[in-house]
Amino acid sequence: MRKIITPQERMAIKRVVMPQLAAEVRTRNFEEVNCGLSSNQAFTEANRCLQCKNRPCVPGCPVGVSIPEFICALASDDVPRSAQILQQDNPLASVCGRVCPQETQCERLCARGKKGESVAIGYLERYVADWAMCHQEKLLPDQASGTTGKSVVVVGSGPAGLTAAGGLVRLGHTVTIFEALHDTGGVLRYGIPEFRLPKKIIDHEVALLVSLGVTIECNVIIGKTLTIAELRNQFDAIFIANGAGLPVMLKIPGENLKGVYAANEFLTRVNLMEAGRSNNSSTPIIKRREVAVIGGGNTAIDCVRTARRLGAEHAMIVYRRSEAEIPARTEEIRHAMEEGVEFVMLTAPIEILATKDGWVSALRCRKMELGSPDDSGRRRPQAVNGSDFEQPAGIVINAIGTGANPLLTATAPDITLNDQGNIRVNSNGETSISGVFAGGDIVRGGATVILAMGDGKRAAVTIDEYLGQHPHT
Amino acid sequence: MFKIISNDNISENLHKMVVLAPRIARSRKPGQFVIVRLTEGEERIPLTISDADPEAGTITLFVQAAGASTRNIVSTEAGGSIRDVAGPLGNPSRIIFWGRVICVGGGVGTAVLLPLARALREAGNDVTTIIGARSSRHIILSDELKRISNALIVTTEDGSLGTKGFVTTPLANLLADPEHVPQAVFAVGPVPMMKAIAEMTRIKAIETIASLNPIMIDGTGMCGGCRVMIGEEIRFACVDGPEFNAHLVDFDGLSDRMSSYRAEETLNFKAAECKIGLTTKPCVKS
Ligand code: FES
Repeated sequence: MRKIITPQERMAIKRVVMPQLAAEVRTRNFEEVNCGLSSNQAFTEANRCLQCKNRPCVPGCPVGVSIPEFICALASDDVPRSAQILQQDNPLASVCGRVCPQETQCERLCARGKKGESVAIGYLERYVADWAMCHQEKLLPDQASGTTGKSVVVVGSGPAGLTAAGGLVRLGHTVTIFEALHDTGGVLRYGIPEFRLPKKIIDHEVALLVSLGVTIECNVIIGKTLTIAELRNQFDAIFIANGAGLPVMLKIPGENLKGVYAANEFLTRVNLMEAGRSNNSSTPIIKRREVAVIGGGNTAIDCVRTARRLGAEHAMIVYRRSEAEIPARTEEIRHAMEEGVEFVMLTAPIEILATKDGWVSALRCRKMELGSPDDSGRRRPQAVNGSDFEQPAGIVINAIGTGANPLLTATAPDITLNDQGNIRVNSNGETSISGVFAGGDIVRGGATVILAMGDGKRAAVTIDEYLGQHPHT
Repeated sequence: MFKIISNDNISENLHKMVVLAPRIARSRKPGQFVIVRLTEGEERIPLTISDADPEAGTITLFVQAAGASTRNIVSTEAGGSIRDVAGPLGNPSRIIFWGRVICVGGGVGTAVLLPLARALREAGNDVTTIIGARSSRHIILSDELKRISNALIVTTEDGSLGTKGFVTTPLANLLADPEHVPQAVFAVGPVPMMKAIAEMTRIKAIETIASLNPIMIDGTGMCGGCRVMIGEEIRFACVDGPEFNAHLVDFDGLSDRMSSYRAEETLNFKAAECKIGLTTKPCVKS
């Protein structure tokens, strides 16, 4: 038993520092940077939580995790109970504990953050989820609750799809997931590098679903291999969560030169195909000493840190606004800086220059300054006249974002889309076709893993209701 | 897992493979392709579906051993299997009645031409097919194409079969002959061939369609690796193509991008040949 602590002692505990691999070591491999808390660290950090009666942190969580409750169980040294609480609310807690932007969600609302530092909710979430992964025998068996005789098909095995499938199978429905790529996980596998989210975590989550009875079939592209109409004949309900896709182009001269990648291609080559990291991979990747990544989101940071690990000496972020506006997570930016990534801020690319053989040689850039706020509330970058300069680069990676992929929707004309081509849903997550639900990036455009999971979680509930209301004919 | 029903070596480095893929066999249309990955760790390779038997649930693929991954695919025997076959991808060919059409196939592009020519003929077109290769040993599918075309012209660079020279010579003759001038031309083959054909038909304003085979990863529009300039616009061959108006295709840009990995491919190809004992020379994979 650990000793009971006084309120003064509780307030005196400093926020835990996540142990991490040294920057010089990790820039030479793809090992996970954050090592996870020790049990002592987790216990101590859990004791920083004030157990506020009004639970200010919970509304900050898109899936509504019972944060004070799982932390309370942890603080009283009952990790199995903590795990049970957490897993009930968040089936992919091991993923969220790693990739969620807690600093702008739950932790931002934490009472301790008002005067000092918030409780490290994300680190605790990861600790408990990882513990559960290794101690399944100490948890109540997770099982599907009988069978309702209803079948649901889930399109896409990314965060939204996996979460929905988990929810639905636990409610007793028969669930099939169709995945377009040759492996599961969607953006969790092809997009997020292993130094942030190791593949074994995704494998574990997928294996868990399979053990609950979910069928997963890869290489099935809905809209091509099978259509939504065919799925409607075979299943009682459909959840579409096929992600975003379609990289948005830079629309500057030189975009098609050799050595210019869209972020998705670069990351897919390295993450999904293991190009440049495994001797067994026959997928090639271009490596250069100078790599310029355009954009300031998490995807841009993932690309630049990957480029660094593939051997780039100068791996840089080129972003047209300033540090204050950069959308990537603070932790990712700090990690990138520790790893020697250069940040070229207030800079917009205007042309990609070539060697005489058509390879990228440099990025012609223009300096920016911030003017008045735009629609997004961020100050609008404006060009500084006469500020053009050339930034040498052998690879340019476009990480400015993605748009809706029409592959599925083009073959399902009854599904109503918005102007951007994303699927329109009502407050239940249902599309314009009854029984067809949608969530994640195909609805939201480029959003986060946790928002996609929130959609998946809600879809499981609304689909379950739908199936109760609409007996199979 | 997708079972290989048969695997026949039909000419140097070229194999005709029949693969069990019932869903794809049912949904595919002429002009579409699949992405194939032999085993864990292998590349994803786009391959045109040449034919399909929805009843038997099979698709026919022509695979040219041009790199390490394709070499490994063709060396997998009947009874073996391919781990991943995803498709059908890309848009089906637009098959309409044009009147007179000329279908031109170069090298392994001839295999892509086969379902297209067949569909055009079935739509009532008068189909003249021109195929070309380095030598008689590399001419493929001439019997099949002869059967489905109204006329077949064969050219070889060394003159070992048919007319000596390139496919462009008989094409020029047909274009110059008012009796034979076509309403549309279809070109599938090496980029320089398609480019030359586009130049020839542009001045005569004859509609020309080229089927492109750029670098691809996912084949679903997600990665942007297959992008090509069509007129002023960037298009993705996997979702917007693979067939495009040849007069608008930036062929130079396309062939340049296709050379991005040439250095790596040569190395891998040597290593694969070495592994399966095709060469006795020691080889090192970097
Ligand atoms: S192959 Fe990836 S977008 Fe076409």
